[in-house]
Amino acid sequence: MRKTTSPISAHKELDKSPSSWSIIWREIVRDKVAFLSLIFLSLVILSVYGISLVLDQAQIVTIDLFELKQPPSSKYWLGTDYGGRDVFGQLIIGTRNSLSIGIIVTMLTGLIGVLVGLISGYFGGMVDNIFMRFVDFFMILPTLMIVIAFVTAVPKYSIVSFSLIMTAFLWMGIARLIRSKALQEKELDYVQASKTLGSSNLKIMMSQVLPNLSSIIIVTMTLNLAANIGLESGLSFLGFGFPESTPSLGTLVSYARDPQTLESRWWIWLPASLLILVLMLSINNVGQALKRATDARQRKG
Amino acid sequence: MWRTVVRRMTIMVPQILLLSILVFLMAKAMPGDALTGLLDPSIDPAALDAQRDKLGLNNPWYVQYWDWITKAVQGNFGQSFRFKMPVSELIGQRMMNTVWLSLATLILTYLIAIPLGITSGRYHDTWADRLITGYTYIGFAAPLFIFALLMLWVFGFHFGWFPTGGSIAPGVEPGTLHYFMSKFYHLLLPALSMALITTVTTVQLLRSEIIDTKQKDFILTARAKGASESRVYNRHILRNSLLPIAAFFGYEITGLIGGTVFIESIFSYPGMGELFLSSISLRDFSVVTALVLLYGVASILGALISDMILTIVDPRIRIK
Repeated sequence: MRKTTSPISAHKELDKSPSSWSIIWREIVRDKVAFLSLIFLSLVILSVYGISLVLDQAQIVTIDLFELKQPPSSKYWLGTDYGGRDVFGQLIIGTRNSLSIGIIVTMLTGLIGVLVGLISGYFGGMVDNIFMRFVDFFMILPTLMIVIAFVTAVPKYSIVSFSLIMTAFLWMGIARLIRSKALQEKELDYVQASKTLGSSNLKIMMSQVLPNLSSIIIVTMTLNLAANIGLESGLSFLGFGFPESTPSLGTLVSYARDPQTLESRWWIWLPASLLILVLMLSINNVGQALKRATDARQRKG
Repeated sequence: MWRTVVRRMTIMVPQILLLSILVFLMAKAMPGDALTGLLDPSIDPAALDAQRDKLGLNNPWYVQYWDWITKAVQGNFGQSFRFKMPVSELIGQRMMNTVWLSLATLILTYLIAIPLGITSGRYHDTWADRLITGYTYIGFAAPLFIFALLMLWVFGFHFGWFPTGGSIAPGVEPGTLHYFMSKFYHLLLPALSMALITTVTTVQLLRSEIIDTKQKDFILTARAKGASESRVYNRHILRNSLLPIAAFFGYEITGLIGGTVFIESIFSYPGMGELFLSSISLRDFSVVTALVLLYGVASILGALISDMILTIVDPRIRIK
C-alpha cells in the first residue's frame, strides 16, 4: 500500500494532522507550570533512585541508641528520629518506596480497569450488566476501612500483599471510564468496517479500539498516580501502610502523631509532608496538561 | 420519584447483604477470636475448646454468619473486650461526635464554596478569580492529612489559638452554655481543616457551571427584558447553577467517611474513626466489624441520597 502511494504521501505529510504524541508534547511545553513540574518530577525520580543505589536501607533503618532525636547537623542533615535513624536517608528511601508503590498500584489498577472496562463496553449487553453490578458493589465499599482491615487480616504482610490489597479496591474508577468510552467507540464506523472484513473481536478490541483510547488511559493513570501516592502515604501515616523497616513518606509524616514531635521537631515530618504536597501538585499539573492535550476544545496552543 | 426510590432500595438490599458477608469473612480471617483477649493464657486448652463449642465458634462459617447477622440486625454486635461493654452502646457514644464533626464540616464547606464559586464564576479572568482558582488548584492536589497536620501545627501549637485534641475541655458540666461553647471550640479547627479541602471540588463545579450558564440564551433574554445585573445573577444564573451542587451533596457524605478517620486521628477527636483505628490496633474485632458495616451502610445511603436529589432537581433522569 505505502509503496505505491509514496510520491503523494510526501506531499500529503504537510497537512496531515499532528500525531497525539506531538500534541501532548506541545501542550506540556506551552504550559510553563506543567513543563517545570515535569522537569522537577524527572529530577526527583532520577536523584531518588540514583542516591538510593548508594544508600543502604538496612543501615538507615537500624536503631542507634546513641543518636536519639538529634536536631539537624552536618552529620544528619535533617536530624534523627526517636530511634536514632537518619531522617534524610529515610526521606530519600521513603520517596523511592512511595513512588514505587504508587507506580506499581497505578499499573495494576490500570491493567485490570482497562481490561474490565474494554470487555464490558465492547460487548455490552449481558456481559456489561454483570461487570457493572460488580463494579457498583465495589464502588460503595468504604475503601479506606476495608483496606485497613485487610492489611491487619493478612497473615504474611509484605509490600506485594500491600499493593495487591490496594489494587483490589481501586480499579473501579478507571474501569467505569474506559467502559463508557468503549461503548461510544464500538458504534463508530471503523469498528463496523473491521467486523465486516472478518476481524476477530479480540483483534478489534486490542489493536483497534485500545489504541484509540490510549490518550485517555494515560491521562487517567497520571492523575491516579498522584491519588495513589496520597493514599499510600495516608495509610502509612495511620500506621497501616509499610512496616517501619520499609519507610515511606507517610511513615515520616506519621512521627508527627506524637504531639511533642509535631510541636518542636519539625525537621522530622515537615520535609516529608512538603515533598508529598509538591510531588502530588506536580503530578497533577502534568496530568491536567495531558488532559487538555487530549481535549481539543481546551488546548492552549 | 417514589418508583426510583423503591427501585434503588431493592438494589441496596443485596449490596448490604454482600457487604455483611465480606465483613464477616474478613473478621474470621483476622488472627484471634472473641475469646483470645478475654481469658487467662494459663487456662486449659480443652476447657477453651469446650467454651468455643458453647459459643458456636466451631460451627461452619455460614452457621456462624447467620448467628451474627440475625443478632446484628437487632442491633447486637457483641461485646468489646477492651471497654467491657456492648459494642452498640460504645458506638452510640462515639457516633454523636462524628455526626457533629461531619455536620460542621458540611456547613463550613458550603459556607466557603458558594461565595467563592459565585465570585470566581461571575468575575472570571479577574485577579479574584485567579486567586480562587489558585487555591482550588493547590487544594485539589493537597492530601487531607497533610493539610490537617499543618493546620494543627500552625494554629494549634504555634499560635495556640485552638485546642490540640479531644472534643471537650475536662471537667465541664454537661448541659450548660459553657459546655456547648467548649464543644464548639474543639470542633472548629478539625471541621475547618476538612472543609477547606473538601470544598475545592464544589467551588470548581460551581465556577464552571456559572460560566457555562452565563452564555445561555435565556440569560440573554433576561438581560434583553431589562432585568438588573444582580437579578440576572441571583435569580437566573445561580438557581440553574446550583443544581449540580445539590446533586453532589450525597457524594460529599461518602467523602466525609474517609476524611473523618484522618481528621479524628490527627486531632485525637473521640469519634467513630478514632475508635476504629484504636480498636484495630488492639485487635478488638467485634468493634471493627460493626464499624465497617456501619460505614458501608452509610456510604450506600449517601449514594441513595445523591440519586434521590438528582431525580428531584432534574426530571430528565428519572427512571421510567
